[in-house]
Amino acid sequence: MILDLRRFVASERAYWDELDALLRRLESEPELRMTLEEIQRVQYLYERASADLSRLDTFSTEPRLREFLEALVSRAYMEIHETRAPLKIHWKSVVLEFPRAFRRRMGAFRLSLAVTLVGCAFGWFAIHQDPRTKAVLMPFPGLMQSPAQRVAQEESAKSDRLKGVKASFSAELMTHNTQVTVLALALGMTWGVGTLILLFYNGVILGAVATDYITGGQGVFLAAWLLPHGSIEIPAILLGGQAGFVLAGALIGWGGGLPRAARLRAVAHDLFAIIGGAACLLVWAGIVEAFVSQYHRPVVPYGLKIAFGAVELAALSLFLGWAGRE
Amino acid sequence: MSARQNSLAIETPEGVVFSYELATPAVRALAWSVDAAAIGTIVYLAGKATESVGHVNADWAGALSAILFFVAQVGYGIVLEWRWRGQTIGKRLLNLRVVDAQGLRLQLPQIVLRNLLRLVDSLPLLYLVGGIAALVSRRCQRLGDLAANTIVARQRAFEEPDLEQIAPAKYNSLLAYPHLAARLRALAGAEAVGMAVRAVARRDGYEPRARVELFAELAEYFRGLVEFPAAALEGLTDEQYVRSVLRVIYGGAR
Repeated sequence: MILDLRRFVASERAYWDELDALLRRLESEPELRMTLEEIQRVQYLYERASADLSRLDTFSTEPRLREFLEALVSRAYMEIHETRAPLKIHWKSVVLEFPRAFRRRMGAFRLSLAVTLVGCAFGWFAIHQDPRTKAVLMPFPGLMQSPAQRVAQEESAKSDRLKGVKASFSAELMTHNTQVTVLALALGMTWGVGTLILLFYNGVILGAVATDYITGGQGVFLAAWLLPHGSIEIPAILLGGQAGFVLAGALIGWGGGLPRAARLRAVAHDLFAIIGGAACLLVWAGIVEAFVSQYHRPVVPYGLKIAFGAVELAALSLFLGWAGRE
Repeated sequence: MSARQNSLAIETPEGVVFSYELATPAVRALAWSVDAAAIGTIVYLAGKATESVGHVNADWAGALSAILFFVAQVGYGIVLEWRWRGQTIGKRLLNLRVVDAQGLRLQLPQIVLRNLLRLVDSLPLLYLVGGIAALVSRRCQRLGDLAANTIVARQRAFEEPDLEQIAPAKYNSLLAYPHLAARLRALAGAEAVGMAVRAVARRDGYEPRARVELFAELAEYFRGLVEFPAAALEGLTDEQYVRSVLRVIYGGAR
């Protein structure tokens, strides 16, 4: 038995067009709230189109009509069977979702922190054993001179070397650090190996710089230089690493019976919240690094800068640890 | 390497199966090149706009330019795919759409994730990593699609069944015998009819000899189902006979 296609299309076309029009409305207005009657009508039209597709599959082989009905049914299915709540941009809930996601994925953050600390220890060990490795571990011209020389140079500066470029410098820092943080997340797709290498390398640089300045007797300068922006920037990169490890965990799927697609679906919201939060932190860190961190004694007292950094770190810890707790 | 799929089939709880035709890496690359041109245009226009700020303060103009460049690169895909439900300018032009791999509604975190992962997909240059991933992946997914659980599918528009092409509404001698036509409709198997439809649609692409042989086989099958009087078949080649049969089947007896 084969369908009389002409009669079939003629009798069903009006229903398909009605469903198409309703779906177009839903698609163009994501916030649209339909009345109960409209919802029931969509459900009815979806079931009718599904039944038509079924009849077509069974009785006919006309490919183009089947393609059209498949597209119509798939669009209706998308609207009817979606059980995840649509994401609404309510600032309060968006802001609180960040610390909640951070706490839900605390294991990945600890791993991110541990890898960075191992990197720091490696940097410390390398510089401690052979100070000449500085040229390899810290390939930045500004760090090549001895810490004492640099401190003397910075403290005796008569002019503002960032005058006229502070905003551009700040923007460059924001975009660069955000790219590094997003890269830490994205490298989670290498089963976490890329994320691990990136965090380790960051730790090595951090450990090498810290060792160089502390052994050179410039620990206070270092703290005053790094803490104002580093107390936000370093945790933000760790958060990127956390997101990368969460992604890697979902990809590998240790200990869970869920299929990969379900595991990745389960972490998507948390990844979004964590990386969004980290990006916001980096905007702040970029501003502070350009406008505060690069100024030293006698322009800004070191105690004030260190206190500022400590307050930022405490505020961030409080926010991530307690905000949004129920 | 897993076996490549051309389409992704999804079965609804109602037991109906529908499918998405997956976009090939080549078509996706074309869409991406359109999007790259669009991003280039946005960056150029933003650069021009910040030039005017530069007359007032060159430092702030530089900062604005750097931020706009970054936002355009990262935000282009996110904003358009969110507002246009899985489409960018390139995807619109090429009739593609990003859809959830389970057939559900695309969520903002999925869009953000697949776009952020472009950072890895685009390594080392020209989307080499993403391109290789799409080539070896079963569903033609780049790494961003795998992480976000999305696919890129060809969008289909409504097209009336092309009955005129496969079975033109000319005089049909078989329809002079409605009882036999009805019997033919009842007996014809869907698979054979499907083969006949495809044969008619592609008939101009066959070698002449192969075309004659194919329609002879199909005609023989349909003749075996119902025997029409010789008057109805007079002057009909095998190909004309098969097209008349399709007209009977799809157009209904008149």
